[in-house]
Amino acid sequence: MSFDLNFIGILIGAIMASSVPLILAASGELITERSGVLNLGVEGMMIIGAISGFALMVITDNLFLAVIGSMLSGLIISIIFGVLTQSLLTNHVATGLALTIFGIGMSAMIGKNFVGIPGKEFPLLFVNLKENVPFLGPILFGHSIILYFAFLLPFLTNYFLKKTKIGLIIRAVGDSPTSASNQGINVTLVRYSCILYGGAMCGLAGAYLSLIYTPQWIENMTGGRGWIALALVVFATWSPIKVLIGALIFGGITILQLHMQAVGLRIPVQLLSALPYIMTIIVLVVISRDSRKIKLNTPTSLGQIFYKEK
Amino acid sequence: MIKIEKRNDVSPSIYFLTPILAIFLTLFGGGIIFYVLGFNPIEALKFFFITPISDLYGFSELLIKATPLCLIAIGLSFCFKSNNWNIGAEGQLIFGGIVGGGVALLFYGHDGFYVLPIIILSGAIGGMIFAMIPAILKTYFNTNEILVSLMLVYVAKLLLDYLVVGPWSNPEGFNFPETRQFSESARMPILFDGLRIHAGIFITLITVFLSWLILYKTYLGFQIKVSGLSLKTAKYAGYKGKTMIIIVFMISGACAGLAGVGEITGPIGQLHRNISPDYGFTAIIVAFLGRLNPVGIIFASLIVALTYLGAETAQIFLQVPKYTGQVFQGMILFFLLGSDYLLFFKIKFLGLKKNEL
Repeated sequence: MSFDLNFIGILIGAIMASSVPLILAASGELITERSGVLNLGVEGMMIIGAISGFALMVITDNLFLAVIGSMLSGLIISIIFGVLTQSLLTNHVATGLALTIFGIGMSAMIGKNFVGIPGKEFPLLFVNLKENVPFLGPILFGHSIILYFAFLLPFLTNYFLKKTKIGLIIRAVGDSPTSASNQGINVTLVRYSCILYGGAMCGLAGAYLSLIYTPQWIENMTGGRGWIALALVVFATWSPIKVLIGALIFGGITILQLHMQAVGLRIPVQLLSALPYIMTIIVLVVISRDSRKIKLNTPTSLGQIFYKEK
Repeated sequence: MIKIEKRNDVSPSIYFLTPILAIFLTLFGGGIIFYVLGFNPIEALKFFFITPISDLYGFSELLIKATPLCLIAIGLSFCFKSNNWNIGAEGQLIFGGIVGGGVALLFYGHDGFYVLPIIILSGAIGGMIFAMIPAILKTYFNTNEILVSLMLVYVAKLLLDYLVVGPWSNPEGFNFPETRQFSESARMPILFDGLRIHAGIFITLITVFLSWLILYKTYLGFQIKVSGLSLKTAKYAGYKGKTMIIIVFMISGACAGLAGVGEITGPIGQLHRNISPDYGFTAIIVAFLGRLNPVGIIFASLIVALTYLGAETAQIFLQVPKYTGQVFQGMILFFLLGSDYLLFFKIKFLGLKKNEL
């Protein structure tokens, strides 16, 4: 194994690629959680996005339609969660869990006829620059448009939440739905929008897996990435930029594992795989111990049902 | 005009009838999904829900799957009743299985009546200890138990994977990721010849009875219920919240650990990667469907166990994936949660008022 610069460049490129679904799903879920809604259905929405994207690609032979369709189907499936938690005032935790279980089952049923079909090549940008620029080439160039979007998204999300009026409204709704409501904000509408946005982003994250990362359909192919994305939001203490950093760390561990398996290092791979989860628990303990810190970062009404007497 | 009002009291009959409504809606929804996928819905539902239990063997398989589901759900009902969201029962099940399985391997080749009880006990303790992690972090560090218990599921899965691939793998097993088959003394006794139903069902039934006793006849049960209804009241009454949180997690973890050890000493007979088809997650649905009530949970576990069996049958006869069972499990929970709206809100149909015309 040679440690030349170009190899490290390729390694970093691979880490970036593996962190894309995490960034997309976690950025979506972050907006949802900022509005005070805890949607544990990330895994279910991702896998629905993965199969819809792949199925649309096979049927229409159009990658653009496939990507848009995957976002739409993630959004549609999140409507179930929205109606239940916002209109029928159900418990967020149980409803989200049902969404994940339902999504995994549903995707397998839809995907039955798509197993074993090879994927289509997704167009990559600046491929010639990737080959010609040493070290920086494989890092900056030769990726899909979705990867560039994913790496931009945390900054956009940060700007949106902090600098725009709608972002402020979302945070107000998440921190104190009652006072937001008294100010004349339609809390239910805001939360519905955030849930649907989260669904669309999870759908896109799924499509990245089935169209670009491993271009094919495999049952249960999200493989727990949805749960990591959920952990990531907490790990990042609800800050979009930290989501990006966290996703790179989590993605890095995935890639490191693969390489260690190849090289045959003696550290058990399972220990490495468990690290992201253990780290999330440690981060949770550190930020939660100080009640002021958690109040600063956590959307105060997260997971609570809001009911306005009419 | 439609007016929606909050109900002040919930009638107990509706409270236990809405789960049945949810089951019928699920069957209806499932029929529609099968129809859309090009199957005859009646026939598909028959394959799913009737064929699997049309003989004695099928019924015994149903009980085998209901045994762990019921056990875990009973434990979870303690947590959920007191507003503690333990959703990591799957991890507690696996960790219980690991500890129990480790003891079983330790006693490999030993005969004696004491072997099985020691394994069962150590499995329960394993699950209990694993459940205490989110409980202690919640009580002393204020962490969110939902996320911690969930993260620990993956830690347990990976630990099991490490053990069966590495140090605990069968020395004569050609590097398959599995341990030795446990000795006969470490296996649950089979109840009837030719069927797989094992003595684990008695553990479940005893636990159901004990949990009913604790929940409805003891001071602890009263505390749990009060804390679930109103945390403020519980504090005002001077209940020690921290101790109670740790106790409900311990009970719930022990139940999940028992379920895990019941699986590995029962139908499986060894440790391998997939000792549980997500029983720990599915049991959450069972707990809700059974209304967190011990008797309700028994019925709910049989119904949800049927979705597992049905998926296996449908996989053979209709060539649908085994994950189809999860579609039904998800739908049951959706419909159940949704129909709860009828419990807490009254929908009034009023005539139009004059000034609105």
